[in-house]
Amino acid sequence: MGKLYDELAKDYRIKEGLKTCINCGTCTAICPAAEFYKYDPRKIVDIVQSKDDAEIEKLLKSDVIWYCGECMSCVTRCPRKNAPGLVLMALRNLSARLGYFVNSEKGRQLYPLTKTLTGNILNYGYCVYPDTFKWEDHVESGPVMKWHLEHKEDSFARVGANYKGTGPGILRKIPQESLDELKRIFDVTGGTERIETVYRCSEEKAKEMGMDMDEYFEETFTHISPGHLNGEDE
Amino acid sequence: MIYQGKQKIWADYQKEIPDDHWYYVRSCIRQNFFPGAEKMFLEICRNVLKKDFHENENHTTCGGIAYHCDTIPQETVMTIVARQFALMTEAGYENYVCSCITSFGNYIEILETWNEFPELETKIREMLWKACRREFNKPKYVAHASDLIYKYRNLIAERAKFRLVNKHTGEPLKVVEHIGCHYSKMFPSKGVGGAEYPYVLCGMIESWGGNVIDYPERRHCCGYGFRQYHVKANRGYSISNTHKKFESMEPYHPDMIITNCPGCPYFMDRWQYAIAEMEGKTYGENGYGIPVFTYEEVAGLVLGYDPWDLGLQLHQVAVEPLLDKIGIEYDPARKYEGVNHKDLQRPELPGVLRCC
Repeated sequence: MGKLYDELAKDYRIKEGLKTCINCGTCTAICPAAEFYKYDPRKIVDIVQSKDDAEIEKLLKSDVIWYCGECMSCVTRCPRKNAPGLVLMALRNLSARLGYFVNSEKGRQLYPLTKTLTGNILNYGYCVYPDTFKWEDHVESGPVMKWHLEHKEDSFARVGANYKGTGPGILRKIPQESLDELKRIFDVTGGTERIETVYRCSEEKAKEMGMDMDEYFEETFTHISPGHLNGEDE
Repeated sequence: MIYQGKQKIWADYQKEIPDDHWYYVRSCIRQNFFPGAEKMFLEICRNVLKKDFHENENHTTCGGIAYHCDTIPQETVMTIVARQFALMTEAGYENYVCSCITSFGNYIEILETWNEFPELETKIREMLWKACRREFNKPKYVAHASDLIYKYRNLIAERAKFRLVNKHTGEPLKVVEHIGCHYSKMFPSKGVGGAEYPYVLCGMIESWGGNVIDYPERRHCCGYGFRQYHVKANRGYSISNTHKKFESMEPYHPDMIITNCPGCPYFMDRWQYAIAEMEGKTYGENGYGIPVFTYEEVAGLVLGYDPWDLGLQLHQVAVEPLLDKIGIEYDPARKYEGVNHKDLQRPELPGVLRCC
């Protein structure tokens, strides 16, 4: 047993999600990610179960742990009541905490995700918020979304939303004291420390790649190298 | 009575859902993309059925999307949720209903983890006190909003002005139901009907006159995948999974799709547009798509609400062919108007997907 496995074993998602895997591959058969990516949750769970630190470190620095969509379809199907999806979440958590995520292209995507999502939570109290949802970054949302965002005050009002309003309701302005509470929750529970770790490691990686942080955001948000998908050459 | 076989399995997945007095929390995704659905939920519960649903302006995101995009630690999401429970406790409620499926899965996972590891619950209580000076009781019952509309489905049917029936043929509409993965795949006993045969939407469809379609990829994920959509580079995952579902349901010629998840209607609506523009393929009749609805939007339609009050103008796939089939009247000129008939112009038309 190694130090990395010991760290993983402290995670409640491992305690809940990994009993004894019999390597049947049912999780891989049902997995939407395995159909798309070169991804096999059965192998990942088996590596964690082996407690082999060298192999676990390779996983933590790899792309493969970031392929899962966390739909948890595997949980329903596992005949031994394991939760491969939770095992993946624990691996990602440790990879983020140790800064290993910057070693893989998919891992580096943690930077735009952290900046956008935790920014929305701490600034607005929502995970997704109209003011930061740029249509240019979501052209698949269609011309109707473009129209809606161009007229969002009127469009939200038409359907009875309370966009940026006081009191309860749809997309209300969340009171500042509640946002302050969220910030203190982040401070107390390790959320702030996690953001700082992701930012610090990403800044070091950006420097190594010769990019400023805007360029690094764009690169990690949009770039996909060949080799991730089933049927693709490396 | 002795329950055996499937009857016994089915009995395990029935939920005794409280009838009244709920603390309501909203969904980040639905407020952005389908705001009319949440408005209709409270309209039906409060004004049509006269039930008590309380909302507090201080509730926030549950953090579920950030958690499932791996950007916040488990302790952070648990403490955000503990704060939501504290707000419920302070408001004097014991029944907790959430609009979002990601939230529902999040709440259930957290409560189950705390039951299994009480020391973690103690730690979170201490963190909440340190951060917010708040304390909480755990809810006596956690429901998803679709559980409530399921519970009230026959009351809605009694008041319905329309049924899910083709007025030209008299035949029930063919309806695809899509259940959000986090509704019951993680904890089957927490969803009406479990994970294998979830009944929460089927019950509504049957009660309102439609026929449920079974098709091979019925339980496949819509393709959201959290980071697989939120990062632009990963969206091939998302559209590929949606594409798989549509290819699977196409031979059954669905008239409409009903979902109970925030993301699913967005992805199944928008990716139809993207597939049409990329491949020239459409799945509805005559170049249209298959319209995708939230359960509250459908409840609103059968109750006779104006489609534009429900926010159906925010769908990319045109809903008008379905409204015509059911016989629901609407004013096309008012579709894109603001309050007091304010002219908001019109969205551009897609190149391939036919829209009204």
